[in-house]
Amino acid sequence: MTDPVIELRGATKRFPTGTGGAHTAVRDLTMRVAAGEFVALVGPTGCGKSTTLSLVSGLEPASDGEVLVRGEPVRAIPPGVGYMFQNDAILPWRSVLDNVAAGPRYRGVGKAEARDRAAAWVERVGLAGFAKYYPHQLSGGMRKRVALAQTLVNEPQILLMDEPFSALDVQTRALMQDELLRLWAGTGAAVVFVTHDLEEAIALADKVVVMTASPATVKGVFAVPLERPRTVEEVRLTEQFLRVYREVWDSLRVEVAAAREEASRVG
Amino acid sequence: MSGEYTSTVDGAAAIAAEQRPAGVPNLVRRRRLRRGGVWAVRVAAVVAWLVSWQLTATYWIDPFYYSKPTAIAARLVDWFTKGTAFGSIWTQIAVTLEEAVFGFVIGAVAGVVLGIVLGRARFLADVAAPFIKAANAVPRIVLASLFIIWFGLGMSSKIATAMVLVFFAVFFNAFQGAREVDRNLVDNARILGASRLAVLRTIVVPSATSWIFASLHSAFGFALIGAVVGEFTGADKGLGLLINNAQGTFDSAGIYAGMIVVTVLALLAEWLISTAEKRLLRWRPPAAGADAQT
Repeated sequence: MTDPVIELRGATKRFPTGTGGAHTAVRDLTMRVAAGEFVALVGPTGCGKSTTLSLVSGLEPASDGEVLVRGEPVRAIPPGVGYMFQNDAILPWRSVLDNVAAGPRYRGVGKAEARDRAAAWVERVGLAGFAKYYPHQLSGGMRKRVALAQTLVNEPQILLMDEPFSALDVQTRALMQDELLRLWAGTGAAVVFVTHDLEEAIALADKVVVMTASPATVKGVFAVPLERPRTVEEVRLTEQFLRVYREVWDSLRVEVAAAREEASRVG
Repeated sequence: MSGEYTSTVDGAAAIAAEQRPAGVPNLVRRRRLRRGGVWAVRVAAVVAWLVSWQLTATYWIDPFYYSKPTAIAARLVDWFTKGTAFGSIWTQIAVTLEEAVFGFVIGAVAGVVLGIVLGRARFLADVAAPFIKAANAVPRIVLASLFIIWFGLGMSSKIATAMVLVFFAVFFNAFQGAREVDRNLVDNARILGASRLAVLRTIVVPSATSWIFASLHSAFGFALIGAVVGEFTGADKGLGLLINNAQGTFDSAGIYAGMIVVTVLALLAEWLISTAEKRLLRWRPPAAGADAQT
């Protein structure tokens, strides 16, 4: 295996709780992501998958263990990282075009140049006619496209995605998944895609990492030997897909049950 | 893919307008009728109020104390045609407005800047919290007297009073607005490459703007109050002086007339601020029931 772009070695993250204790979100997390690899993290809802992304992005420091990006310990936001959040994070007071141009502008690109680059991406995500619209005038799926363009315009080599399509309806979600695969193909970017939807994980990824119920750690890693380019709706129906699904689900099921039990105990 | 687009975009409204079913024009007419009705009742209420006042003041109560609409109207006409005891009414208006506007601008700028800075700097905010609470608890109108001693009878003492009143109104909203910035937006901007300053400029300030505008509406009213109270306390020009003089000469019509002029100024300012707000915040989705106020 080549040098990983992302490597976690025994990474642990604890958050202080309101009552003075500490809540361990992830513990002793060890995993590697190679360049150009699409990795999906699945696990029960609320298990700490998002925390993993915050550690890699440098938004949160690890409490213990090491988080390395391109072999360097993460202390600030590493260069070349893109992050698509679960909730809408596009700026409501900016038009679609200016939202997408934000990244290059922040990175010191001139206004005209930034807008040119943004316009190209707006077109690439299929929003060409909507460049002047404000986010509130768009549907949920279109806002996701804006967020995708906003992230990709910076040409990240590491793309972190936190359940980006979970709020969408089923058809729109499938569309966006295909769109993501199409845009990602050939960029050589490593993707870490968090989801609680196993189907989504297998349809998109090269490798599925199953995480345990809270506090999360890696339970198992499963290769997805499906060919690319894939069409999400079609790949779902193949024999191979089902085989991988059964295998991963066997591992995940226990954790989901454990998380449910935990939730009912606490709640 | 196209289905995803057409359903939510503004164009949909235009399409809907073209294919109105037969019942819709009826709805529009009914809405118009309803608005007409609202206005009719408003006008009727004002007329009823003025007429009853006029009648009671003529036949029953003493107009010396309570004045009456015709006397107030006559006083207003008098002021605007012949001038007041202190010179042209326009001079008084100009002086009061100037004080209020200066106080408003200085107070608002100071409030916004300090509010946003403290809103983003947790440590400073914790240090400053008790002082701000105490300062807010001071009956600030009393400061008008102090400012007269400090700055004299001229304009600056009124500007100072107006400024203090405006500052606190704006400060608290700017502070809250800067605090409640969506964490997600800030994180996203940082990932996209924004420096701290860029986050402040492109995320914090725009998100706080709606909060700030909400306070600006009442803030100009406060500025006018500050200016008028300042003039009340001691001045040689201005609407507050006019009202104070009316009080000193038992001229109740003069007090009402002064009140009306100040009210009109406040309404005009409110209209200006609303217009500016609409322009600056046009990215906001139109609020449901936004026409309730018009």
